[in-house]
Amino acid sequence: MVFLQIAAKDLRSELRTKESLNASLSFAVVILLLFSFAFDPSSEAVAEFSGGLLWLVFAFAGALILNRSFARELPNDCLEVLIASPVSGAQLFLGKTVASFVLLMTIEVICLPIFGIFYDITWIPQALPLLGIFALGTWGMTILGTLFSALTVNLSLRELMLPMLLYPLMLPALMAAMRLTTILLAGNAIAGNDMVWLRLLIGFDIIFTALSLALVETILVR
Amino acid sequence: MPEPVLAVDHVFKYFGDYPALHDVSFSLNGGECLALIGRNGAGKTTMLKILAGLSGAAQGEVRLFGDSPRQASARRRIGLLGHGIGVYDELTAIENLTIFAQLYGVSAAVARHWLERTQLAHVANAPVREFSRGMRQRLAVARAFLHDPALLILDEPFTALDDRAIALLQGLLAEAKAAGRTIIMSTHQLREAMELATHVALIERGKLVHFGVRSAEMLADPTYVYRTFGAA
Repeated sequence: MVFLQIAAKDLRSELRTKESLNASLSFAVVILLLFSFAFDPSSEAVAEFSGGLLWLVFAFAGALILNRSFARELPNDCLEVLIASPVSGAQLFLGKTVASFVLLMTIEVICLPIFGIFYDITWIPQALPLLGIFALGTWGMTILGTLFSALTVNLSLRELMLPMLLYPLMLPALMAAMRLTTILLAGNAIAGNDMVWLRLLIGFDIIFTALSLALVETILVR
Repeated sequence: MPEPVLAVDHVFKYFGDYPALHDVSFSLNGGECLALIGRNGAGKTTMLKILAGLSGAAQGEVRLFGDSPRQASARRRIGLLGHGIGVYDELTAIENLTIFAQLYGVSAAVARHWLERTQLAHVANAPVREFSRGMRQRLAVARAFLHDPALLILDEPFTALDDRAIALLQGLLAEAKAAGRTIIMSTHQLREAMELATHVALIERGKLVHFGVRSAEMLADPTYVYRTFGAA
């Protein structure tokens, strides 16, 4: 379980510096606050785009966390030392993905009640299924984002490149997560035709996890 | 005849059209120490990166202990000291060494031992960002030697070291060589390198222009290699 040691190391580093955690959380809260001024929170229309709004916030906040994933290894050439160690590229990648996933889920769990207050949305009865959808959507975002973080780590414009590469490719997962979140926030259960979105999200996660694990060694050793 | 610890066979590497390495071949056995010398941009770091499995060769083959450098079994036996110190500023000295001990499957007690060996035990729980430059360099040395590597790959190891770190590193390298470990180091500090080296390689514009046993002339005059084998 070397990947858990890598994940623990990344989380410990982040908790010491709080570089991406503070930036990502404050960014997410500010967007939620600004959008609450833009839309009438008491309007019924809010319920219809609540999932989309929430996932846009998560996607923007996520880019800040994912950008740091491999960039964290650049000072002191730590990435070279990790690649030269017996840890496989897949283990290194999985460890970094798990660390980013935990950080992003933390942001999302903090944002959900804030979102509920700003937009007058009752989410507590649907808390568990919502967390499940958050976990599936966030895994899709972190697995792709961490792969692109490895790909862009040596670029000077990596802060720009990562979202440019990530957002178009994660569109299917983002659409599914938005739709499913909207259904849950409206107080409904995921059933019938809506199950296709759940299947899409799970399929996306499985395909891109397998693809990323297969590709990462080639990306790291050039 | 035993297989060499390190075998480089007709290796080429290009950056775009620029040949960073051109048909480089050499091999080293256990207990041998190679001083890889050459001017800046000659291809020394590129060669060491390929040996450490950080970069792939465009053509040719590199074998470490009979395996590809990307095999975990080969990487487990490499100690790498590159340009950067390879430790995390926000973590403490003991946390840094414990992480690398875990990655190499070495007990945490070894991490403590190396902190004492590098005279850093008194700052074991202090974050590396608070360390002086010399202390950071000694921690990097501890990190590279932690798992008792059979092959040490050192990229300009004496550059920017303070006198204490130089003495520590020289002692550890002499000890490693005596214990049959193989060492390859690129360096501009010719005197220190010649004292330790059993072999010398000169690389110029990506080509290996000399590889051979270190002679008495090289020890007496470290610039001998450049003057004799190098381009004018």
